[in-house]
Amino acid sequence: MAQTATKYIGSDVPRKEDPELITGQARYADDLTLPGMLHMVLVRSPHAHATVDNVDLSHALAVDGVVAAYSGADLADEWAGPLLMAWAVTPDIKNPPHWPLTKDKVRHQGDGVAVVIATSRAAAKDGADAVVVDYTPLSVVTDMEAALADGAPLVHDDAGTNASYTWKHSTGDADAAFASAPITIKERYVIQRAIPNAMEPRAILVQPNTAMGEYTMWSSTQIPHILKVAMVVATGIAESKLRVIAPKVGGGFGAKLQVYAEEALTLLVAKKLGQPVKWTEERSENYLATHHGRDQIQEMELAADAEGHITAYRVKIWANMGAYLQIITPGTPLLGAFVYCGCYGGDSYSLECTGVFTNTTPTDAYRGAGRPEATYAIERAMDALARKVGVSPVEIRRRNFHPSSDTSFSMPAGLTIDSGHYHEVLDQALELAGYDDLLADQKARRDRGDSKQLGIGFSTYLEMCGLAPSRILKALNYAAGGWEAATVRVSATGKVTVVAGTTPHGQSHATTFAQIVADDLGVPIDDVEVVTGDTQLAPLGMDTYGSRSLAIGGIAVHRAAEKVVAKARTIAAHELEVSEEDLDYEGGTFSVKGAPDQARTIPALAWSAWTAHALPDGMEPGLDSTAVYDAQNFVWPYGTHICAVEVDTDTGRVEVVKYVAVDDVGVQVNPQIVDGQVQGGVIQGIAEALFEEAVYDEHGTLMTGSMTNYEVPAASELPSLTIGRYTTASTTNEMGFKGVGETGTIASPPAVINAVIDALSVFGVTDVPRPASPENVWRTIQQARQAEGGQQ
Amino acid sequence: MIPAAFEYARAGSVDEAISLLGSNEDAKVIAGGHSLLPLMRLRFARPALVVDIDRLADLEYIRDGGDHIEIGALARMCDVAVDPLLRAESPLMAYTASVVGDPQVRHRATLGGCVAHGDPASDPPATLLALDATLVLRGPAGEREVASKDFFKGIFETDLGPQDILTSVRVPKTGSAGWSYQKFHRRAIDWAIVGVAALVHRDDGTVSSASVALTNMGAVPLRASAVESVLAGAAATAESVAAASEHAAEGTEPVSDTNASGEFRQHLARVLTRRALEEALAK
Repeated sequence: MAQTATKYIGSDVPRKEDPELITGQARYADDLTLPGMLHMVLVRSPHAHATVDNVDLSHALAVDGVVAAYSGADLADEWAGPLLMAWAVTPDIKNPPHWPLTKDKVRHQGDGVAVVIATSRAAAKDGADAVVVDYTPLSVVTDMEAALADGAPLVHDDAGTNASYTWKHSTGDADAAFASAPITIKERYVIQRAIPNAMEPRAILVQPNTAMGEYTMWSSTQIPHILKVAMVVATGIAESKLRVIAPKVGGGFGAKLQVYAEEALTLLVAKKLGQPVKWTEERSENYLATHHGRDQIQEMELAADAEGHITAYRVKIWANMGAYLQIITPGTPLLGAFVYCGCYGGDSYSLECTGVFTNTTPTDAYRGAGRPEATYAIERAMDALARKVGVSPVEIRRRNFHPSSDTSFSMPAGLTIDSGHYHEVLDQALELAGYDDLLADQKARRDRGDSKQLGIGFSTYLEMCGLAPSRILKALNYAAGGWEAATVRVSATGKVTVVAGTTPHGQSHATTFAQIVADDLGVPIDDVEVVTGDTQLAPLGMDTYGSRSLAIGGIAVHRAAEKVVAKARTIAAHELEVSEEDLDYEGGTFSVKGAPDQARTIPALAWSAWTAHALPDGMEPGLDSTAVYDAQNFVWPYGTHICAVEVDTDTGRVEVVKYVAVDDVGVQVNPQIVDGQVQGGVIQGIAEALFEEAVYDEHGTLMTGSMTNYEVPAASELPSLTIGRYTTASTTNEMGFKGVGETGTIASPPAVINAVIDALSVFGVTDVPRPASPENVWRTIQQARQAEGGQQ
Repeated sequence: MIPAAFEYARAGSVDEAISLLGSNEDAKVIAGGHSLLPLMRLRFARPALVVDIDRLADLEYIRDGGDHIEIGALARMCDVAVDPLLRAESPLMAYTASVVGDPQVRHRATLGGCVAHGDPASDPPATLLALDATLVLRGPAGEREVASKDFFKGIFETDLGPQDILTSVRVPKTGSAGWSYQKFHRRAIDWAIVGVAALVHRDDGTVSSASVALTNMGAVPLRASAVESVLAGAAATAESVAAASEHAAEGTEPVSDTNASGEFRQHLARVLTRRALEEALAK
């Protein structure tokens, strides 16, 4: 309806949120202090699996400053319910209750057994140190295959098995296709466990108002709205009595898409003591008690005709759940279950996923959530297929791409893709990479037997994001919807407030939503403020994850603005004494067709709506509107990433020497912010491919328990990226938005690993473990050389 | 994050520090804090008394000692790295300091603290060993000099007694000798997975003598004596370097951890020794 001038959308508007971040005036949860505030510290199990025989709190209570201490048994009767698990993926899923403190058995290192509350954090820490817990250690299982073997130690005795569920999805008859296919490949990949590392660890503050039975919780969370519902479930506090605020949040990457034991504990303890209580996570607790990501074993099969055109996909996944099912632990692999076919054609698709309990920290969503794992499998498998057919990685992809399309089309896993130009994006990436020069360099090194070999890797990925159409969530048995809400309010003086249900933790909502609304209403961007992250100010929302804030939340914002424009149009027509159809609308001004000096701006109409002196009969005063948007489809970003690595074959060290990313994320609201998301995502994916790995020993002790040996790379280890752009509007929504928050992390690991394998192909190597650390690469070369020697 | 409670005393002189150390059985010295504080924050170290010597300005110097250069124990790693005298006369020492940690660490951490901590993954100890440096210690009984080969006793164990303070390090001037320090690590901020310090004296196309010392190939820094003896008198060529380097891991028992297995460390020791010797011969 409204014609909008695109003045801000598409331009590099400087981030509105930066001044307070740069000057240190932004307030994170741990910055907040209240009078009478107490501090809580958890006592965590050093054992991965043990019975809790006795918890002696007496020494803790004797520590100066300690005001209270509770064991799991002390609090057991006070919970209204266990921690929320929202995604029972199958009717027969094993979902043992997960209580905020365990009372009888610990199931992973870091499992909470007691809390100590004191007048200072140091006293609470000393008190926690003084708690004496008697444990009887039990047999430990951390490996999924061992957990599924007969006689394995059971993480949950009552479940009778460590298999939580097996979920299946298929289209067509994959088995028949495999039986008759001239070419098949079968590969096995292991996706190592990753530890999310948000800059800001978690922190929680609860202020009780016991007189009114009201509670305010500040939490470093991605999901204040979902958290509020989960706290109602856990504590029985009425939803109307609880306010949840996500203040400034220093990164989440999915790890704050969670409802944590510490949130329920802080709330319950504040309620019991009638005083504000704060809990702040230490980094080493972050490694044990904040959820982990990935950790899958995959069997990936492709069936193809003699030229390598894929006819069928067959996938088996084992996903490590860890010790408990957190909010979407079992569903996380399913978020990737539809993209094991990438952006390629075919007729049939079969996928089976088994969730496995182990004595490890629970896993859950980590940037990309299921789709990085799927993309890794299909992009590795495409290279394996290319080897089998005897064509290049580029050619095998071209043979299998969906035809370029501006409109939607169906894909092998049974969903509908919004749009995409796969060939064109690959062309641009090859050009930016200087592919021919890279090939020439590679050949020269191979010819001279250089100890530093060059490898070139591709990832022509496809992702589905914009979580999520509520009808599809229902089909997947997810407990909630995937809609999003926004309110746009124009004040008497023409200033605009956007209240959004999505909550930022680095995504730039304040800037990009303001760009959308400033264009819709024709007002300066500085006149638009964005309010988020407070369930009292923004009561409707489903929060931020799955690259949904723009593609879902942004559409709600735009539609709310359109409703405001529609109301303003009625007022303008009334004031100008013409019919609405006789008005043009451009740049925030209604003008009479043929008489452009007869005009009203949105701020002028907001004044009219506020004074309400002469509104149309029956119209309510005020100029504001709320919209709730539920998408009918996902959005489907895609792109080509090309990675060139230099492998030191003497030491196994891999260096990324060139990285090109060309992504089609739909219409870009702010290209500079898009580039930032691509860079951060790619770097996080390179880190997974080359550096990061959570390692448990046979006792279930996390060996990579700090940043000293969990190798988060820094700028000195990472390349500069070459970023290209290609834009195809999404057909899912009227703005053409797709998503960009996760593309880089989804796309990059297979590009890097394919490059390492390409470099090592001179030794006959076709696989390398993740991460491609120096030792893993060196061992791969050693094994290949021994195999070669054995053949001679 | 929050250390266990401890007493704190700032020493006004080395003698006062020695006497403070004698006042409490469970006392620890702190200088730049980059070894002790991380352990205290994790409550792995719980000293009852922390004796701060960080402001003893008379221990923060780098000066010419004739045939050697004397480095005060509180000289910051960043100063050791860029000191013109060291870079001219004992460049292996200066360079090694430049690869420790990151700039923030090097601006706080002291050479003396690093050496006194006795961490096998730390870079400067191997270089001190390759240089045959001398360590100057002071305790209740006065001052004594200890050769670097006698100083390191085990993981986090040195010749320092409970009341001893390391006051300075004397590194020889290395003249025209070729040198190299090869550090293998995954991230610039990391400790060495393996490091190799090499110092090579040449005479008319032959190697007259070579010192090669290894970081993190055992509980203490080690001299690769088999490499040294093969190389002594050999031609200063890539071939003899390659042959000698094959002996680099002999007699070593490096740890296995999440960064590398012992077997991979032994392989790296051979590769890095070859690279160190090649670089030293090219200088």
